[in-house]
Amino acid sequence: MELVGSLLQAALRMATPLIYAAIGETYNERAGLLNLGIEGLMLIGALTAYTIAFFYQSILLGVLGAAVVAGLFGLLFAFATVTLKANQVIIGTALNLIGLGMTSYVHRMLFNTLAGSAGNVQVLPTLRVPVLKDIPIIGPALFEQNLLVYLALLLTPIAGFVLYKTSLGLALRAVGEHPKATATAGLSVTRLRYGAMVFAAMMAGIGGAYLPVAHANTFVENMVAGRGFIALAIVVFSRWNPVNVLWASLLFGFTFALQFRLQIVNLRVAYQFLQILPYVVTLLAMVVLRGQTAQPKALAVPYTEQV
Amino acid sequence: MTLLNNDQVVPRLEVRNICKSFGSLKANDHISFRVLPGEVHCLLGENGAGKTTVMNIVYGLYRADEGQIFLDGRPIVIRSPHEAIALGIGMVHQHFMLVPTLTVAENIILGTRPLFFSRSSLLTNTWEIEQEVKSIAERYSLKINPSALVSSLSVGEQQRVEIVKALYRGVRLLILDEPTAVLTPQETLELFDTLRILVREGLSVIFISHKLNEIMAIGDRVTILRDGKVVGEKLVCQTNTQELAELMVGREVKLTVEKKPASPGEEVLVVKDLNIEDHGVKTLRGVSFSVRSGEIVGIAGVDGNGQRELALALAGMIKPSAGTIKLCGMDLIGKSPAQIFRAGVCHIPEDRQKMGLVMDFSVAENFVLKKFSSRPFVRHGLLHPKEIFSYASRLTKEFDVRTPSVKKTVDKLSGGNQQKIVLGREIDQKPKLLIAMQPTRGLDVGATEYIHQQLLAQRDRGAAILLISTELEEVMALSDRILVMYEGQIVGETLAERSNVEQIGLWMAGVRA
Ligand SMILES: Nc1ncnc2c1ncn2[C@@H]1O[C@H](COP(=O)(O)OP(=O)(O)O)[C@@H](O)[C@H]1O
Ligand SMILES: [Mg+2]
Repeated sequence: MELVGSLLQAALRMATPLIYAAIGETYNERAGLLNLGIEGLMLIGALTAYTIAFFYQSILLGVLGAAVVAGLFGLLFAFATVTLKANQVIIGTALNLIGLGMTSYVHRMLFNTLAGSAGNVQVLPTLRVPVLKDIPIIGPALFEQNLLVYLALLLTPIAGFVLYKTSLGLALRAVGEHPKATATAGLSVTRLRYGAMVFAAMMAGIGGAYLPVAHANTFVENMVAGRGFIALAIVVFSRWNPVNVLWASLLFGFTFALQFRLQIVNLRVAYQFLQILPYVVTLLAMVVLRGQTAQPKALAVPYTEQV
Repeated sequence: MTLLNNDQVVPRLEVRNICKSFGSLKANDHISFRVLPGEVHCLLGENGAGKTTVMNIVYGLYRADEGQIFLDGRPIVIRSPHEAIALGIGMVHQHFMLVPTLTVAENIILGTRPLFFSRSSLLTNTWEIEQEVKSIAERYSLKINPSALVSSLSVGEQQRVEIVKALYRGVRLLILDEPTAVLTPQETLELFDTLRILVREGLSVIFISHKLNEIMAIGDRVTILRDGKVVGEKLVCQTNTQELAELMVGREVKLTVEKKPASPGEEVLVVKDLNIEDHGVKTLRGVSFSVRSGEIVGIAGVDGNGQRELALALAGMIKPSAGTIKLCGMDLIGKSPAQIFRAGVCHIPEDRQKMGLVMDFSVAENFVLKKFSSRPFVRHGLLHPKEIFSYASRLTKEFDVRTPSVKKTVDKLSGGNQQKIVLGREIDQKPKLLIAMQPTRGLDVGATEYIHQQLLAQRDRGAAILLISTELEEVMALSDRILVMYEGQIVGETLAERSNVEQIGLWMAGVRA
């Protein structure tokens, strides 16, 4: 029992960065933009958060800084893809390369290290809810977590509500499906897409920030390790519905957590096989769900407003 | 009607000297006209005359190069649809601007509420919103279901949603761009009823069309455009279709097709119980008919009722799931498109630019597209340009293709000339069966006339002709026998001389014979 409880707790922790990134990308894709560069943005968020937390001893400031810096890169992405109508796949790929190269470089410059960690930062404290945390199985998962996990849990229903029950959400759903109809209804395709992209980038930044401040307590190069791509898969897996993002992220978080546990238990299997578990699940999920049609019609198609 | 001759009335909309160029093409050249309150003002012109362009300018989608727009006498500048909507201008586009994955009510309120920080940004009261939409629709006796998904609606229903969408935004000027192109005759009459209610309430309607009868039926005043210029303005009660046609085309035209009575021979094409399934959806359900030599069989029906699949199946491009197709007794099912072509079936495809021609090939290359691999166009495995050019030059003359040279790529030619190439290439085979799908879509009156004459000439030569068209007038004018398709079935059949529009219209709407 206790084992299951702590496994669930770990699963939710591992799911949290995925939730942030995937919620942001869900909005982005609903608006018609495909950002393959989530991985790069998460790395940028991770390094920013680590650096600020390291020098100013403030985790909160670090997370906020990560959101702002990633948001600025999102603005750049929007300028390239919405205003200049550059190919989104290419810009997204470039963002990944920039994210990996730049964070590695800046990390070595600032901390004067070669690749390894430059030292730990404070841990985001665990907030325990008395009594409730002792509920068997789900207690530790839901009531013994840090602030970012709680916020991620709140984020999915809120994101779902905004998307399906407000005029902003209606506009977002429309613009990714039929941008010209949205424009003739009197909305600005450009503004909606800029907004969605900056929001998505900020969320990816926070998702990335989670890793050094709440998971590893330090920064290592390429520490996002494919989570950005898993977030992309989660968006598809959830059929572009933010509420489903929670369940899909939990599934992937669970495979991460399980993989760690199995390594400890010492099955006589090379640990590399266990490490690929989440990625294999991603592949399987994509194969099972191929041909699903909930995808926004205008995804990754630039829109030209007439002159 | 008294309003119409009154110069004292302040026009609802006045456009003055609007110019708009796309590159070197002058789509609008000093266009001016006035629309009075409470009138249906028609814009008449052939395809490419510039009707949509000038209305897109009024709706803020395009920016004019020159000219002014006045609304209720005041000069205005419209930079976006948002501003046009705020000024009370609504537009129903030729291709509907509805989001298929949203409900009717969602489409109608899209963009009408503030996006942030306002009580009305919350859309939790779905029921209230739907009631509001419904009450507006009912006021103008427009039947819509606010909670239905737009993707589940027929085109006629979608058009009603577009109109309610404009009314919801409080329009005073409603622009309809070729609204009847997708409707059955009955739906067209219903639309006219709605428009009459709207103008009685003081709205102004701009009705764009190239169909003369509709303008005579619904218009108060008509402005005629040709090649981007205004070439005339008439009160509908003081003009007639002949005069309008000549203004529109710029020369004398024959509005009726003259044809000799048909003398059909033996059956050339016999289709029995044809079924087609596409990803589990039955697009054709038990279709049986025959076409005899020397007759034109017309298939009428609203777009998307299986006509496309039928044509492709006959040409061998999709495989039926059941049924037989026989050409002069020979089974065609399972044969490749090339084999079917060689057996004497020629096909004028619906989309000449995608299926009929290779747009960046020359006129000559397109003429030999289906036989460049046989003599005399190829010798010892090499193309023989001299033969190809002389053959192409002959067809160019014979079919009156206006091109500076047979070496020009066909994307430089007008739609009419492109279609003449397709037609010439197919007809030169002396086909036993000619399938013509939408043969005059998007063509001007002159080219349409020419294509019609050619089809009739083929009939008189003894070819069997299957004409598939969503233009009911075309089907009725050319055919000897008319079949009507609805949801993949043939729901009605009549001899052309005994046909009447009402009956065919009912069949097109799915009412069984
Ligand atoms: N966005 C555009 N870019 C280039 N050419 C255009 C564009 N829109 C229209 N045109 C051209 O302008 C002319 C007028 O078009 P349009 O206003 O759509 O005609 P109509 O509605 O009367 O059929 C046509 O020759 C068309 O090809
Ligand atoms: Mg038009």
